[in-house]
Amino acid sequence: MKPGKKPLKITFSGVSSSRPSEFIKHLYNRPVSAFGATVFFIFCVMALVGPYIAPYGANDQIASEAGQPPSPDHWFGTDNLGRDVFSRVIIGARDILVLAGFGTLIAVLFGTCIGLLSGYLGSWFDEGVMRISDSLLALPAVLLALLLLGTMGPSRRGVLIVIVIVYTPIVARVVRSVALSVRKRGYVEIARLQGEARGEILFREIFPSTVPALTVEAALRFSYAIFLVASLGFLGLGVQPPNPDWGLMVQEAREHVSQIPWAMFFPAGAIALVVIAVNLFSDGIKRYLQDS
Amino acid sequence: MLVTILFTTLIVFAITQYLPGDIARVILGREAGEAQLEALRAKLGLDDPLPVQYLRWLGGFLSGDWGISFSTNTPIMPLVLGRFRNSMMLAALTLLIAVPLSIGLGVAAGLKENKTTDHIISISSLSVVGLPEFVTGLVLIQVFTFRLGLLPANSSIPPGTSFFEALPMLILPALTATLVLLAYVTRLTRAGVVEELKKPYVRTAELKGLSRRNLVLKHVLRNSLLPTITVVAISIGWLISGLIVIENVFNYPGLGRLLMFAIDRRDIPLMQAIALITVLVFAFSNLFADILYAYLNPRIRFGE
Amino acid sequence: MEKNRESPGSPILRIKELTVAYKLRDKVHNAVRDFSLEIEPGGKYGLVGESGSGKTTIALAILNYLGKDGLIQGGEVLFKGKDLLGLTKSQLKEVWGSQISLVPQNPQSSLNPSMRIGDQIAEVFSGRNGDFAGDILFRVLTLLERVHLPEPGKIARMYPHQISGGMQQRVLIAMALSLNPDLLLLDEPTTALDVTTEASILGLLQEEVTGSGSSALYVTHNLGVAAQFCDRLAVLYAGDLVEDGSLLDIFQRPLHPYTTGLIASIPSPGVSRRESKLISIPGQIPPLGARPAGCVFAPRCPIAVNICLQTPPLTETGANRSVRCHRWEEIEQGLLDRRRFFSTYNGDKPEKISKPVFDNARNLLDLKKVGVHFELPRSVIEVFTGKSPDTLKAVNGVTFSIPGGSTVGLVGESGSGKTTLARAIMGLELLTNGRVEFAGKALPQKLSERDFGILKKLQIVFQNPDEALNPHLKVGTSIQIPIQRLLLCDRDDAEKKAIQLMEAFQLPAEYFNKKPHQLSGGEKQRAALARSFASNPSLLIVDEPVSSLDVSVQAAVLNMLDEFQQKEANSLLFISHNLAVIGYMADIVAVIYRGCLMEVSRTEELFSPPYHPYTEALLSAIPIPDPAVTRARIHLEGDIPSPVDEPRGCPFHSRCPRVLGDTCKSEQPGWQFDRQGNRFYCHIPLEELESSQDLLFD
Repeated sequence: MKPGKKPLKITFSGVSSSRPSEFIKHLYNRPVSAFGATVFFIFCVMALVGPYIAPYGANDQIASEAGQPPSPDHWFGTDNLGRDVFSRVIIGARDILVLAGFGTLIAVLFGTCIGLLSGYLGSWFDEGVMRISDSLLALPAVLLALLLLGTMGPSRRGVLIVIVIVYTPIVARVVRSVALSVRKRGYVEIARLQGEARGEILFREIFPSTVPALTVEAALRFSYAIFLVASLGFLGLGVQPPNPDWGLMVQEAREHVSQIPWAMFFPAGAIALVVIAVNLFSDGIKRYLQDS
Repeated sequence: MLVTILFTTLIVFAITQYLPGDIARVILGREAGEAQLEALRAKLGLDDPLPVQYLRWLGGFLSGDWGISFSTNTPIMPLVLGRFRNSMMLAALTLLIAVPLSIGLGVAAGLKENKTTDHIISISSLSVVGLPEFVTGLVLIQVFTFRLGLLPANSSIPPGTSFFEALPMLILPALTATLVLLAYVTRLTRAGVVEELKKPYVRTAELKGLSRRNLVLKHVLRNSLLPTITVVAISIGWLISGLIVIENVFNYPGLGRLLMFAIDRRDIPLMQAIALITVLVFAFSNLFADILYAYLNPRIRFGE
Repeated sequence: MEKNRESPGSPILRIKELTVAYKLRDKVHNAVRDFSLEIEPGGKYGLVGESGSGKTTIALAILNYLGKDGLIQGGEVLFKGKDLLGLTKSQLKEVWGSQISLVPQNPQSSLNPSMRIGDQIAEVFSGRNGDFAGDILFRVLTLLERVHLPEPGKIARMYPHQISGGMQQRVLIAMALSLNPDLLLLDEPTTALDVTTEASILGLLQEEVTGSGSSALYVTHNLGVAAQFCDRLAVLYAGDLVEDGSLLDIFQRPLHPYTTGLIASIPSPGVSRRESKLISIPGQIPPLGARPAGCVFAPRCPIAVNICLQTPPLTETGANRSVRCHRWEEIEQGLLDRRRFFSTYNGDKPEKISKPVFDNARNLLDLKKVGVHFELPRSVIEVFTGKSPDTLKAVNGVTFSIPGGSTVGLVGESGSGKTTLARAIMGLELLTNGRVEFAGKALPQKLSERDFGILKKLQIVFQNPDEALNPHLKVGTSIQIPIQRLLLCDRDDAEKKAIQLMEAFQLPAEYFNKKPHQLSGGEKQRAALARSFASNPSLLIVDEPVSSLDVSVQAAVLNMLDEFQQKEANSLLFISHNLAVIGYMADIVAVIYRGCLMEVSRTEELFSPPYHPYTEALLSAIPIPDPAVTRARIHLEGDIPSPVDEPRGCPFHSRCPRVLGDTCKSEQPGWQFDRQGNRFYCHIPLEELESSQDLLFD
């Protein structure tokens, strides 16, 4: 049979039985996504065990060793207050990944529920939800974040709330559009004609089709969430000192960048690496779903 | 569409005026005495019901009365407009560079799908270029300012500087913003081109004996660039977000910097004004993009 | 390359042992094996095959336009003596369009949506021979006239989406003919079109090809179309050429079992299932990666024997005649009764079944003046100027009944409203006026108001087998769920019943655990039928149930549907655009056009005069897979008009070949009844119709 055109949107063609192992194999086929997945995995491990394996505490200030370049004692050197940069980076991994991850998770949960209901119920519920989400989307992410944090005051919880508010509408939109197109498909109509209750239809017929697009979107949102948390940290509106938030570390180190450049570059590098890794990883996920 | 904008203003209002609770306290700080708070409340009209406050605020904005900034005690409008002009200059320069470049790269990548050119462009846009603005900005500063000594790290310009005078200061921030936009627009343009090339009409055209050049220029580009208009419109939202951070990295006196300033000093009216004007700009650029799209798409323009 | 290089009489196209493969995810699958063909100048060759036969692959390989997944593994394509497979891209561009051109399958997507039609045609000319703009315009307009497009000047300035499918295809034909190519490749050009439009396009193609003397290769799965257009046929199955010969030879003396089975499985117009059963070829076409060794057709062949495990050679059996079968001599000498060897395999003989007696007093479904209107959305400008919205009357005043235990066929082309009507009966659309009664009681319009008692009695099967089953659920589960819910069984009971049902539709029990994507098209449709039959509905609506299936599989599905209905005595509302299939399955036929019924007749009387003028046109447009049959062809001018413009008077008057003039334009007709009780919506008196119409079928 003629090879079909590969659709750009992700279509779900059915579950194959050995999905996880097939997925990993596919991922490692391409060097780029393999790189992304591996690096991301390393960072996850770092997030888990960071505080336990770090040679120094995040806030241990050793004044005599302030401003030291990287050395066997301090792999990433020390900052102006004598804190070990390496330890701060490792410990900070947990903060940023958990914050971004948790926020994304909640946004995905809310977004999925809202999107499903909106796409399936239609009429006034859908209209209302879409208007509200359009209005939220009319505010660029950082602006919205700043307004919220500016009035609530910066805090870790604030950042979490910001992530949820900013990303829920986007996830809802994606899920909604899949739900809208699936709703019209023959098997959903037949399910209705065979007396399936609304709940059953949502979960059994519609939801599974949203999973591929949702997964890709979730991965994407996660990378943007990291982006956002770091940026907010940099602007001083995120997690507050003395926490080892990477964005914050970059900002703090900026003043002394000519004397102590490593205190700025290692956290910045960490941010860069994580974002790149997540991006490549999510691209790998997208390609896997497209190919199956 | 209008409804959406109104809703958005409502959200801005809700966040800035309703959410924090007692604004007077927010502004004056914790140590303020009750009498001072009362006085401020009366002055700001905070005892009126919320809908009234909202309408008064919105009405004021629309009629040109933007109020007075608390922190500087000067009228908001000239301050904001002046900074707005600066941000616009930066945005204009960014778009001028970013849009043609990203479209060009996207088309090049799409046309050579899965060949080397495509791989290089795609991976670059996925990784290196998709970094937070402050990281890219700082890297650029390291390279161009400290190592090469070509461009200034600090882009503060006195008010009223013209575009050309400001140009050297604008380059680094614009470059940073460009890199962010590039990632986004290039990928979407590429996807559009790849999808168009698979369509049957391309086969019809090729089998008419058309040269590759003719084919691409007259057929493929016309159709794949249409969605790019929408993409660019959306990316203006990104640009705005990015500029806030970039202006802070480069100390550029635009709206972003002003916003941070307002937040620092809890200057609520100033925050509101900045938010409103930003929203309006974004909304209108989307509207413009929609109109342009409808005009250029024969299916919409000439109906079915 | 000059135009007349070869000496007259030598083939203009000679394909020698062409072998093509496709690369799918690191595996290479063979698509076409050792294909050979010769087309004489002026010859019209048909390439007939179902999906997976490789016919489109061959057409594209001729052009050397296979795409990056296609690999030519061997063979030559000699066009006027030169091997096209060895040419570079720029050399090929000299050939494309000017010497060989392609008329593609799907007209809508084959035209650039953002370019005016005139510009797209003009492109062919500009850049060659340095013509002046004025000259090009003249040539474009001449071309548009040549393909019988009205108001060429206007059309040239339009965009593709502004004209209908039939007109788009004419534009593509115009483009293909523009430089007077020596060879015209036609890739199923009429498949996406309505039957009446198809007939006129075929007429146009015949005129053009014969008139210009160019050769043609017509790729199709439709034997009827091939019979009408071609003078020679090559039959393909799963990548192999199985038979090759003149048109008459293939139809009247087929030598390959596949060809025989294929021809026999197509319903002839006017032959009902109560008279004879369709012959079906068991099994399905092997997918690309799973072709059997030896004779590709052997697994499905009723006369396969041991030697068939070896690939049969292509044997020349006479002048310009070849077949690829080990047992061709036996077949030729009539040692095997061709018509019977399929039915002996199936185990049943065609029986004569007596005509059903309908209990007319109590109809199962009554439709009374049913109308379904849609309001079209207005653009923002129109909302502002206060323009009232247009109404689309998809279904307009339809009245008919479905007796218990019968099959009623509803036939119409696109835009006729037949699917909307089905959806309205099912409760998926709301009625704008009229009423529907089920077993004598009013049927609640909204789905939510219908209780399980009603729901289980009324079910539907859609056209697209991919749509009918939830891709995430096992096939068996999809069938089990409605049994559990509507028949109030427990899980295990329902599972047993589901397996029974699957087996009734010839799906083995192991298929219970399979997912839909693991099934073939025919199997999916059977599973869809099983799912809809799960609650044993008294009325099952089937909307084009076999239209998206391969021909060799259609007959099996129709037979199954037939069997089931005989056993359970349910009623069927069979919707289709194919009158031959409807004639086979239905007892009563309703013909619908632009939302209105034109004729309602018993099937046995539908195929003889008097015919409603629209029915007459439909009947004469059916491509018949029998070259010996010649009929007067009635061509309808123009295309189906937009359903938004509601005409006064008869909806068919603008295309009716028998239009009387002002009466038809301004006054709505009434219903006329003939002696047998059939009714016709027409101004023309029935006696007049009867006397002036020829019998279209024996």
